[in-house]
Amino acid sequence: MEQKKIRGLGVSKTFSGKLFVVEGCDGAGKSTQIYLLKKWLDSQGYIVFFTQWNSSVLTSGAIKKAKKDNLLTPTTFSLVHASDFADRYEKLILPHLRAGYIVLCDRYIYTAYARDIARGCDPNWVRNVYDFAVKPTATFYFKVPLAISIKRILNGRTQLKYHEAGLDMGFSKDPLESFQIFQGMVKKNYDDMSKKEGFITLDASKSIVEQQKIIRNYVTNKLTGYISPYTKKSKNEVIL
Amino acid sequence: MKKNVFYGSGIPYISTEDIRGKLIVIEGADCSGRSTHISLLKEWLEISGHAVLDTGFKRSMLVGDVINEAKQGNTLGKTTLSLLYCTDFSDQLENKIIPALNAGAVVLCDRYIFTLMARDIVRGASKQWLIKLFGFALVPDAIFYLKVDPQTLLHRTFSKYGHLDYWESGMDINISTDMFESYQKYHTLMETEFGKMAKEYQFVVLDGKDSTDDVQRILRDRVSDLLKI
Repeated sequence: MEQKKIRGLGVSKTFSGKLFVVEGCDGAGKSTQIYLLKKWLDSQGYIVFFTQWNSSVLTSGAIKKAKKDNLLTPTTFSLVHASDFADRYEKLILPHLRAGYIVLCDRYIYTAYARDIARGCDPNWVRNVYDFAVKPTATFYFKVPLAISIKRILNGRTQLKYHEAGLDMGFSKDPLESFQIFQGMVKKNYDDMSKKEGFITLDASKSIVEQQKIIRNYVTNKLTGYISPYTKKSKNEVIL
Repeated sequence: MKKNVFYGSGIPYISTEDIRGKLIVIEGADCSGRSTHISLLKEWLEISGHAVLDTGFKRSMLVGDVINEAKQGNTLGKTTLSLLYCTDFSDQLENKIIPALNAGAVVLCDRYIFTLMARDIVRGASKQWLIKLFGFALVPDAIFYLKVDPQTLLHRTFSKYGHLDYWESGMDINISTDMFESYQKYHTLMETEFGKMAKEYQFVVLDGKDSTDDVQRILRDRVSDLLKI
């Protein structure tokens, strides 16, 4: 089985699991697609571990409070999210990869690159912070015109969150205008790193079924030769 | 002549043109006398008319409590702990230290990035990673290092606390299951890292075994020069 080398803080080991990541602006449809991917992989009998950006138990209270009190600077904003990621990485992502499982991440280090650089952190500094994280087996980037993602987010919402709208940046006092500027910068950062990081770019304005089909094809390809270290009984077969 | 403002990439969105104060760092192990000397310096500086901010680790509103809680449970990965300490430091740097320096105060730091780096290096972190990570730290105007050998630290720890501490003994890095032995090995490793950094970062090395009066006299001489008192 293929073994990959782990970069990281004092860790030099190999792992045989697979890591698939979805990235893109808010409202691009990432979460729907990764959910469907998980359902399918589960049904194939693979052991799949799923984790989401900004979800560690350790730092969630502190992050929430800090955001509420508006205590964060771009650097501390970056570092609290890095701490959250590191906690999930060390406790969950890496151990599952080392055990040989499939790990699905709704947002990975590229979210931090895109957002922190938009907030004014030094790009090389941000990249160094996350240098301990392994490169994914595949990263799906959901590219969508800004107008569409913004419309999707605003749909059914009356208010934008302070940091989500990038109001901490002082681009504009108007939340909507600030949000558009900030999301535009985030999108540009994604587009700029897309080639360098080897993203698989998906046209997120295509139908959900079409996108999922492309993703499953890629994943199938990447799983050639991969053997689950432990198998669960397949519940049902999915016909594509 | 002002030397480099930051050690690395700096903080791109912050202007350091207004800095008028002085940043003074005191480094050294636990029980090396740091806090005693900081409070004596503070008293003396205030009497001479200087505004003083004294600051140390885990005092940030942001993650100070998270670190303490997490250390209780001892379930943290090393990179996570590293980044939490880094968050705490950056919070204090941006929200306390830089504003105080802009206001013209003397900032006395009870430890700085060097302790954080040394701790991580003995835990296997890449030094290059750490140097870049802490690239946003301001270069202090003076770094004093209170050097005390591990044996003396051990005796001082017993007389101060009556027992050894899990983290201060480096028990998390499994150099020995015996805390007494681990303490000595850990502090020897830390001393070695500090020794290297003393040269790389031009520390003023002081013998922490000298009397408090002697050490404080040297500190005041140096600080007087710096502040042109």
